Amino acid sequence: MSERGHDPHAIDGKFPAPSQHYHTVVIGGGTSGTQAALKAATNGTRVLLVDENPVSGALIGTDVPFFFGGRATTAVQNRERMVETVFMNMPWLEPAFEAGIDVQLATTAWGVYRNGPLVGSLPGQVVGLADADRSWLVGFDKLVIATGARDLPLAFPGWNQPGVMGAKALAMLLERYDAFAGRQIAVVGSHDLGLETALLALSKGLEVLAIFEVRDAVQGNADLAAQVAAAGIPVRCGVTPVEAKGGLDGVEALVLSDGTALDCDSVVMAVGLVPMIELNDAANGPRRFDANRGGWLPETSENIAFAGSCAGLADTGFDHAAYRQDWMDALGGACGGDTIICQCEEMTLADLTGLQPPRYLDRPPALQQRSLKTLLQDGPPNQDQVKRLTRTGMGQCQGRRCRDQVAMILAAEAGKSLAEVPLSTHRAPVRPLSLKVIADWEESDEMRAGWDVWMGIPTQWVPYADIGTPYEEENRRRLGGAMAL
Amino acid sequence: MSAQKVVVVGAGASGLSAAWWLARAGVAVTVLDKGIVGWEASGRNGGGCSHYQSPLFKEEQRLWPQMDELLGYPTEFSPERIVMAVTPRQLEQYHYIAEMNNRLGHRVDLLDASQVREAVPLAGDNCLGGIHYRFGGHANPHRTVQAYAWALQDLGGRIVQHSPVTGFQMAGGKVTAVESTSGTYECDAVVIAAGPQTGNLAAQLGIDLPLANARAEMIVTEPAPMMKLGGVDGNGLYGRQTLRGNLAYGGGPHEWVEFGDLGPEVKPSTPLTRNLARRLAELLPGAAHLGVIRSWAGVIEMTPDGRPVIDRRENVTVCTMSGVGFGLSPASGHAISDLVLEGKCSFTDIEKLGLSRFDGIEADWRTSKGWLAL
Repeated sequence: MSERGHDPHAIDGKFPAPSQHYHTVVIGGGTSGTQAALKAATNGTRVLLVDENPVSGALIGTDVPFFFGGRATTAVQNRERMVETVFMNMPWLEPAFEAGIDVQLATTAWGVYRNGPLVGSLPGQVVGLADADRSWLVGFDKLVIATGARDLPLAFPGWNQPGVMGAKALAMLLERYDAFAGRQIAVVGSHDLGLETALLALSKGLEVLAIFEVRDAVQGNADLAAQVAAAGIPVRCGVTPVEAKGGLDGVEALVLSDGTALDCDSVVMAVGLVPMIELNDAANGPRRFDANRGGWLPETSENIAFAGSCAGLADTGFDHAAYRQDWMDALGGACGGDTIICQCEEMTLADLTGLQPPRYLDRPPALQQRSLKTLLQDGPPNQDQVKRLTRTGMGQCQGRRCRDQVAMILAAEAGKSLAEVPLSTHRAPVRPLSLKVIADWEESDEMRAGWDVWMGIPTQWVPYADIGTPYEEENRRRLGGAMAL
Repeated sequence: MSAQKVVVVGAGASGLSAAWWLARAGVAVTVLDKGIVGWEASGRNGGGCSHYQSPLFKEEQRLWPQMDELLGYPTEFSPERIVMAVTPRQLEQYHYIAEMNNRLGHRVDLLDASQVREAVPLAGDNCLGGIHYRFGGHANPHRTVQAYAWALQDLGGRIVQHSPVTGFQMAGGKVTAVESTSGTYECDAVVIAAGPQTGNLAAQLGIDLPLANARAEMIVTEPAPMMKLGGVDGNGLYGRQTLRGNLAYGGGPHEWVEFGDLGPEVKPSTPLTRNLARRLAELLPGAAHLGVIRSWAGVIEMTPDGRPVIDRRENVTVCTMSGVGFGLSPASGHAISDLVLEGKCSFTDIEKLGLSRFDGIEADWRTSKGWLAL
């Protein structure tokens, strides 16, 4: 039996232990996350509570993490002021400070890593964090993910212009950022989310022109419906948007299925929210599908728990998946082949169903014969495969604007339920972070010294004609392996 | 008698290319895969097409500029590469690589720092110079594997996805049928080009192919302004600017891994993302403000000397490209097809890629090299 050798270019021992370690790390400083942090802190243990808000103006501009739809004011570009504003608007954090919890705002969690299948090289379980200037890793014993839920945008003609936005984005801009640029809004969807959105907007002094509902009756609970009625906000059932018309500054009017039009500057999509499971998913954590709780949900695994709406929307017996489908049928019915589905990559509905590549590539005749339908004859639907070929969902918003509706389109095309279509993968970093911020500028000497462009097997790159000649030895001497640096 | 009916195990770049070459020769081909076409290393790599070390190099270079036309589908092939240095040690190494290639008749030009910055606007003041391969280039792995698959179908070939191979039927020392979860497929010859699974499948046929599996990682940024030449790497990275503008780069330490017969279920990336990002920010300072939008990992099988195996025993042709399969796939498919149909490669000598070089290798060779999972 040979002694175990050492491969200098393998990852073994190159990741240092993180310099910071907490008993519990809570990601998301909403009320659920803060409660989880307070609960964890009761025994005097070391607890870190991070919240990514305020996110940078640049991220807001690309609809990360919410569908801001170009309706934030320029105030979001002033980071210092935004931190103050957001902090003032999170009064529930005060007990966390008093309890000695380390609270960090404007701090993003972008990855969770632990040893498991195919990875044994980590010095423990870590979460990757970043602020505006740098990134770092923090070790934890317990992790609570309380990242909330994000918007579910659905495409219709004109949705890809400033002013079409999500309910969650509107709530954040109104309640935490004090930075909403719109005045007159129309709300799409009359389930609880739509009604709550309308009432919130009204309470913040906005003009709420109407709530549109695809079904023939208000969908939200009776109490909310009564408040909306009392406030005089019209709910127009059976009427849906067919086009958002606008100018340089975005939306100016919403054309409706009954032939009328409504002047407004913002159209707020309140059809549904999607639990933000991406950190867990990127770490290959378990998940399950529950139509009543918003779709794919994370499941608790060793040392990782979930709190708040990221664990699933409240189950009121309402089938969110069916409701979203009704909306997609209506809004999708208004779409032409030229309606943009993926805003980042500018891919249209026809590109998607035709399985065509972006416009910078030729579309030779054989390719034009291919489509989503022919692909589905070859195998079951897989959104990542469609993403690779059409680039829908591959852009800088990391798929937030289109992944859910592409999954719905794919399921419909395949005649399957949404739960039967594999979830398109989430990958770290789950927020776009610049190279200079995510970079490890303090990497270990071992990492620096052991780096190789590819495997570091000395014989691998020796030219075939040189094998067994003196050149082979020279190659090894000059390159010290493949390309040790 | 030449093979009329061939089963190819593995719908990666090598297997699909082999199947396509066989179909072009009029053979009835069925490709079986445990999952989706090009789903493993063939669809997760840097897309490089510049393998000057390989005996298949000339054929690789001859074919790539024609592949879009031959396949009928776009591969995003873009010619030539620049490798640029940001440390003196790198520059020294790249100059040696240039010298070696020029000796072998592959033109590589030396560039000084200002020439690199002229060609690579994202390069910075830290650039010390570089080399320009007047050959090679890069292509889009996703598009290329699907192009092979579709081109094969257009020639009447069949691809059966989600159909892992469960066994082989033999008669007279030859494989007569391949058994899979979707059924049994009769054949006159079989090709095994199943990536990390190749070793276990070959072993079922009494063919000893020593392999170890490693996990490697890449990152990609949001689009950068288009450079004249997208095949730019260096500073310990391989990669490219895609035709969309994204910067897709990999490199760095690998992790030796173990998994079951059906391959790894997950392919996690690690905080190595941060080290890759640092290297890329050093290589292309003009891109340092761009967001990293994804990282991913893939699994690659390695032979003990890191060199490919393309060889035939009876009516079984075995192929592992040992981590450099994508770029060479137009040529490796041709070589495999030749082996299946003629018993030898028609266009170049590949004797040194034979299995016999590992005859008598110690059973615990991976232990002595330290090529073991942690």
